[in-house]
Amino acid sequence: MARVLLRVPTSVEKGAVIEMRALIQHVMETGYRPNAEGVVQPRDIIWKFTCRYGGEVVFNATLSPAIAANPFIAFTTIATQSGLITFTWEGDNGFAQTETRHITVT
Amino acid sequence: MKVTRRVLLAAPGALLLPAPTLADRQSLAAALQEFTRGQPMREGRVRLDVSPLVENGNAVPISVAVETPMTAADHVRRIGVFNERNPQPNVIIAQFGPRAGRAYLATHIRLATSQALVAVAEMSDGSFWAQRVEVVVTLAACVEG
Amino acid sequence: MKRILFALLAYCSMAGAEERRSGLLDMRPEAQAMQRDDSMNPGMLWVLEGEALWGRKPSPSAQSCADCHGDAASSMRGVAARYPAFDQASGSAIDLAGRIIQCRETRQAGTPLARESQEVLALTSFVAHQSRGLPIAPPEDAGMRATREAGQRLYMTRMGQIDLSCAQCHDDHAGRRLAGSIIPQGHPTGYPIYRLEWQALGSLQRRLRGCMNGVRAEPFAYGSAEFIAIESYLMERARGMVLETPAIRP
Repeated sequence: MARVLLRVPTSVEKGAVIEMRALIQHVMETGYRPNAEGVVQPRDIIWKFTCRYGGEVVFNATLSPAIAANPFIAFTTIATQSGLITFTWEGDNGFAQTETRHITVT
Repeated sequence: MKVTRRVLLAAPGALLLPAPTLADRQSLAAALQEFTRGQPMREGRVRLDVSPLVENGNAVPISVAVETPMTAADHVRRIGVFNERNPQPNVIIAQFGPRAGRAYLATHIRLATSQALVAVAEMSDGSFWAQRVEVVVTLAACVEG
Repeated sequence: MKRILFALLAYCSMAGAEERRSGLLDMRPEAQAMQRDDSMNPGMLWVLEGEALWGRKPSPSAQSCADCHGDAASSMRGVAARYPAFDQASGSAIDLAGRIIQCRETRQAGTPLARESQEVLALTSFVAHQSRGLPIAPPEDAGMRATREAGQRLYMTRMGQIDLSCAQCHDDHAGRRLAGSIIPQGHPTGYPIYRLEWQALGSLQRRLRGCMNGVRAEPFAYGSAEFIAIESYLMERARGMVLETPAIRP
């Protein structure tokens, strides 16, 4: 499991626009870089990031090798109701990880 | 310091910008063409924030914000960021809906060298808006081989 | 004349105040922001990993770090600011990573950890993070004196085919530019650091090896007495400066 650092508000007012930040440990090997022996390392990146709020996709992004190692993504959403927010990363070599946070909307 | 001067002189000038090749421009143009499906792009509404001078191209903070009410009737559908001189022109393509509240995206990217970055927004009315920014990536002195 | 003297004095006292400076301040504002905001600082991923390892038993019968040391927020606060320290058992100086490796071997009956392994980097960054914001306070004990002096000598010694000492760059020419980069004063305030060049977290010794390669010298080995001596001198040289772990550096 890759380490993940999420910044998601735990409690907000209904209708507020909230910023969420996600950082995940991943090398994001570009597929263009030779190693010490001069052999080009095969590509190993996260190519998809999805955020669901109460089951509905509110944000998703397609990533390329131009995204820095340990990908950082920040975006916004409207606090609609209390519930679960899930963050999913998918990548090469079967990489898949999901993290969940609960948000209370008052 | 005699010896140090030798090292300083050995370091190549950081601000010499070789012009992008025809191939670089064509690959960027093709990526933009694919994103916009050949529709024209207008300048404005999109704000691409990136430092004009970058000291390390391995993790360059960027953000894109688009002027839009983000309502069901009038919102940003997609934001794409493209570059001119990395091995590939694509950086990130994000999909939005009115539930985003704002059309905003921030990330850290790689820039292989000094080059142009283009952020494009697709609106719900089918129009495309863009901003292009030139970034200078300075040469690191102590790169480990 | 008096006015000139006064201006000169003011300049000198200003230079005094600015004498020592963290490499953090030599970075562009975007990189500084990346360090200052934990939610953007990739180094925090290693700190989180270290936090998980702190509470985990290396083997079912062994003790975890937490079993002995309890809550790191209190037990490890200030510890990194005092390393390298004198190790009574071996009669020599030991750095923080060395202490963690020693603890694992002698007290946790675990498989030996390698220097610069992800586990050691994670635990070291987690422990050092507990001292973030505290001043560097090297131990005063006599046992460290010889090590520090040896470190200072190494710091002043010209090395490699380019024949440069640490001091020639980081004392004599700090603040000037080498290609596009500002030459920092070389204070070890944020180790382990997330170096953008590495796209990963690494130790001070990895950084020193990079410098030695840069001057075309044969780098000392990880954990060598030479590196621990240089580290001890650098910490003394940075006494009172504030720890930043995990720092971002270009």
